[in-house]
Amino acid sequence: MAHAHSVKRHKGLMDWLTTVDHKKIAILYLLAGGLFFGIGGIEAVLIRLQLIKPMNDFVSAQTFNELITMHGTTMIFLGVMPVIFALMNAVIPLQIGARDVAFPFLNSLGFWTFLFGGLLLNLSWIMGGAPDAGWTSYTPLSTTTYSTTHGVDFYTVGLQIAGLGTLIGGINFLATIITMRAPGMSFMRMPMFTWTSFITSAMILFAFPAITVGLVLLSFDRILGANFFEVSNGGNPILWQHIFWIFGHPEVYILILPAFGVISEVIPTFARKRLFGYSSMVFATILIAFLGFMVWAHHMFTTGLGPVANALFSIATMLIAVPTGIKIFNWLFTMWGGQIRFTSPNLFAIGFIPTFVMGGVTGVMLASAPADFQFHDTYFVVAHFHYVIVGGLVSGLLAGLHYWWPKMFGRMLNETLGKLSFWFFIIGFHLTFFVQHFLGLMGMQRRVFTYLPNQGFDTLNMVSTIGAILMGIGILFFLINAIATAFKPKGVAADPWEDGRTLEWAIPSPPPEYNFKQTPLVRGIDALWKEKMAGNKGMTPAEPLGPIHMPSPTILPFVMSVGIFIAGLGFMFSKEDFSNSFMSLIFNNWIVVIIGLLITFGSMLLRSLYDDHGWHIEVEELEEEGVKA
Amino acid sequence: MSATHAETVDGKLPHEPEKATLEGRNKVLSFWLFLGGEAVLFGTLFATFLALRNQTNEGPTANELFHFSTTAYATLILLVSSLTSVFAVQAMHRHKVTALRVWLMITVLLGLGFLGLEIYEFTDYVTAEKFGMTTSAFSSAFYTLVGFHGAHVAFGVLWISILIGQLFKKGLTVVTAPKVYVSAMYWHFIDVVWVFIFTVVYLLGKVG
Amino acid sequence: MKLSITIMIVVLIIVFAIAVYVLIKFRRKKGQTDVPEQVEGNFKLEIIWTVIPLILVFILAVPTVQKIFAFGDDHYNEKGSVQVKVTSHQYWWEFEYPQYGVKTAQELMIPTGKNIAFELKTADVLHSFWVPSLSGKMDTNPDGTINRFSFSTDKEGVYRGKCAELCGPSHGLMEFKVKAVSPDSFDKWVTAMKAPAVLPKDQALAETFKKSCLSCHAVGDQGGPVAPNLTGIGSRESVAGILLNEGQDGGKPVKENLKTWLEDPQAVKPGNKMPAPKDLGLTDEQIDGIADYLANYKLNY
Repeated sequence: MAHAHSVKRHKGLMDWLTTVDHKKIAILYLLAGGLFFGIGGIEAVLIRLQLIKPMNDFVSAQTFNELITMHGTTMIFLGVMPVIFALMNAVIPLQIGARDVAFPFLNSLGFWTFLFGGLLLNLSWIMGGAPDAGWTSYTPLSTTTYSTTHGVDFYTVGLQIAGLGTLIGGINFLATIITMRAPGMSFMRMPMFTWTSFITSAMILFAFPAITVGLVLLSFDRILGANFFEVSNGGNPILWQHIFWIFGHPEVYILILPAFGVISEVIPTFARKRLFGYSSMVFATILIAFLGFMVWAHHMFTTGLGPVANALFSIATMLIAVPTGIKIFNWLFTMWGGQIRFTSPNLFAIGFIPTFVMGGVTGVMLASAPADFQFHDTYFVVAHFHYVIVGGLVSGLLAGLHYWWPKMFGRMLNETLGKLSFWFFIIGFHLTFFVQHFLGLMGMQRRVFTYLPNQGFDTLNMVSTIGAILMGIGILFFLINAIATAFKPKGVAADPWEDGRTLEWAIPSPPPEYNFKQTPLVRGIDALWKEKMAGNKGMTPAEPLGPIHMPSPTILPFVMSVGIFIAGLGFMFSKEDFSNSFMSLIFNNWIVVIIGLLITFGSMLLRSLYDDHGWHIEVEELEEEGVKA
Repeated sequence: MSATHAETVDGKLPHEPEKATLEGRNKVLSFWLFLGGEAVLFGTLFATFLALRNQTNEGPTANELFHFSTTAYATLILLVSSLTSVFAVQAMHRHKVTALRVWLMITVLLGLGFLGLEIYEFTDYVTAEKFGMTTSAFSSAFYTLVGFHGAHVAFGVLWISILIGQLFKKGLTVVTAPKVYVSAMYWHFIDVVWVFIFTVVYLLGKVG
Repeated sequence: MKLSITIMIVVLIIVFAIAVYVLIKFRRKKGQTDVPEQVEGNFKLEIIWTVIPLILVFILAVPTVQKIFAFGDDHYNEKGSVQVKVTSHQYWWEFEYPQYGVKTAQELMIPTGKNIAFELKTADVLHSFWVPSLSGKMDTNPDGTINRFSFSTDKEGVYRGKCAELCGPSHGLMEFKVKAVSPDSFDKWVTAMKAPAVLPKDQALAETFKKSCLSCHAVGDQGGPVAPNLTGIGSRESVAGILLNEGQDGGKPVKENLKTWLEDPQAVKPGNKMPAPKDLGLTDEQIDGIADYLANYKLNY
């Protein structure tokens, strides 16, 4: 890549700030996700340390509420979401045989808005107190009457900005998967990870606008004095619960579907067998997404919606068990008759199955409204959703990261460390959360900062805390693994697991910036495997070698996000009484908001006025690299 | 892929220049997707409004508040502007750049007219009727829903104005054509949303 | 609930059994290079694992729906029901018995063998009313979305009650007690509650108590409704719902608990609305005197 070509190529930090390459954006997402996941993890450990014994005073009640709020919010919105996007960015264009996503510019914009939203939310820790009303932020607890710090404002504005980034990412991937597939790759030939990401993106598109509105309403209540949730002026706090869960329930499927996709890639590869029941897998995914939008009120059985609603939502929720069961059995029967290798990605994938089944089983139990009156808001629920989100989703993501790491970075992760982190993680996980089922059944509510002794809670809580520490050690092993690997030389084969089935394994690791020198021709499901079985060395190209058009790097997405960030801060503090008259002047007169919006819209205008013609990688350059490789 | 950036109008511009390139097709497709998300956004706002529309908290009710004539004019203006944006796209398909610009300008003017009426309406409510954002749950829901729509119109007006400028500078190309087409989609969408607002907010407010 | 647990355990066992079998049987052996048969799927199997779960869901759904509707029945105005209006506050519980004209706080007194019909609402944020060993929980919502539900018990005794919806810093400390007594005792308790207030014998202390405490709290027929009713607090099982008295596991003498509370209410329940007595100008002796008076304010039932 030494060619000083017509386009300016940035180096170092500027390269990362201006990149529109999906592979680099994937790494940015991974770094951001790692950062927030680490913060959320530290919060989790602090929570568990506080609960290690009854009437503990390790942290204060207020701090505890801030910790649980930020732990939930950070993990859901800022921890696992970007790791999912990291995998989607790293893998999907490769799996469908594309040179990039449909909108490289938007891809970068999505990342930076997400990052600045997340940073804004976490700034709350050092700017007067984090949000403290739970990640669900139920009104009226989250209104200014009862939550007097700016914490919840950080929540509404931060999530709004981060959510915008996610929405942009979702639309981008929908368009990418619809229009950028290589010749021959019909929908029913797409790898499962691409399929589940496709459905996830569709769910993002239809679920996130609901929370956007919810957050707007809440911030209008808090900052502009509107009355959406203000009972004394005719507002209705239950409305928030509906809006939140209409988004919130699909959100958990948004999270879990890509993990399903990862498992559906990893298991066939290491069983050397094609995925059992591919079409029913696709069908089950779509069905889960569809049902996912119609079960939100199962979070609200105890709100008092009446028996008719409770009955309908109970049954709809139970029905989700059916497509999920289809998936579980398909995975098991993929391995049936295969030749299973227990590599670290496959360990995580295999660990996923029983763990997720246990989470699913408790899910069906919770779906029954009469039982839920007992389970709701107890540690039983905490155990349930950590089984699906940590034991399920995080296992899936770790499987995916171990699996695609060589593709993303050109270096294999250490297998021994990988296996160590798996065993610490899975044992710690079950230790932490299995006992919480019993805590819930014994009457321990969730979100309590402490509990009285003599209720039979003490030992189980102690066990749970020890488990959490083991889990933390497992994650540390992964971190050490990642860092140690970064110092090793690059140079793994295109198909380092040797049994790669999909297109991403047909190109070098890491792939060149144009991915495919020639767009491949896809002749069936598991395109690469098909060629391998036919005795071919690689994919058959679908086009002659020609110059490749590339989008130009640009700083505008970064600048736009900074603008939104400034506007968000300005909006939050617009009604604040500052002791400093200059601060009052610029905040209370909306000057900060206007400056922020001007930066954002100004950048948008620049983008619109000056066409990006991109640049080309010429044939000679491609051939030269071909020789090098 | 190398031919994706076709140059200016050279007589060889295809019939539907907005779909001539992959970028153009992607833009149109994802704009449809975006509108799907927008539909959910407005759907949630409508649901909120319907839930709170009778919570007037001793402030004015919908029936006392709304003047039918203003809103009827606003509706008429916006519907006509939708039609003019159709004419604009038709002109684009016939590669008539001047006609395209003129129709877009008329659309923008009508949009401005609509915004003027809305601002007049809001100021009247706030000053004469003492009906502000904080008056009641109904007022909050009303201003948020109708205001969100108004902000969309304002953004559309700005957007189309900038496009007109670009059409003067760059002419009609396979780069500008998708922008025009997509802005027309946007304009129709906010028009449709207005029809719903007119029905759900104003008509229902007068009747029920 | 038992049915669902049984079905779920059976499902778990089946899945685990298949998983273990597969993981043992189909490991890759050293030097294995042949390619396993690439099975596309199996229509019959796939139908089986679609239909059987469907049937299981159906089996679960029928009793679920029956129970939901049974639970949803409104017994509030039924004859023989003891009506209780529950109002939750940050962080205490108010119980009003409209049929008897009695109000109490933190300790719900119920007669055994009778249907207790609740009407639940909140005075501030959302809370959730839960007595784990007697029934499921129900949220307390603001006016306009008031909930009703009921339960009953045949066993006399003291049950723990909890708040199950995050309501602020002291959410975890917002406990209450349910005391189930015989119908006779219950009637006696009602009579005792309605008796005129007993004030401290010491005139000066009585004045202080009236001035500093009864502006918000009530005893008997005196005082205000803003804070928990204190009538007969000496015979309750706990102080402030969270400091357990003698007789409970790990309980302390009621006077000691009262003093702990009065010394610094914020230390016991962070974020609660009671001003510290010391800030109201009460001396240590006065606090001790009031604790002593309240500890001995017992009801006979």
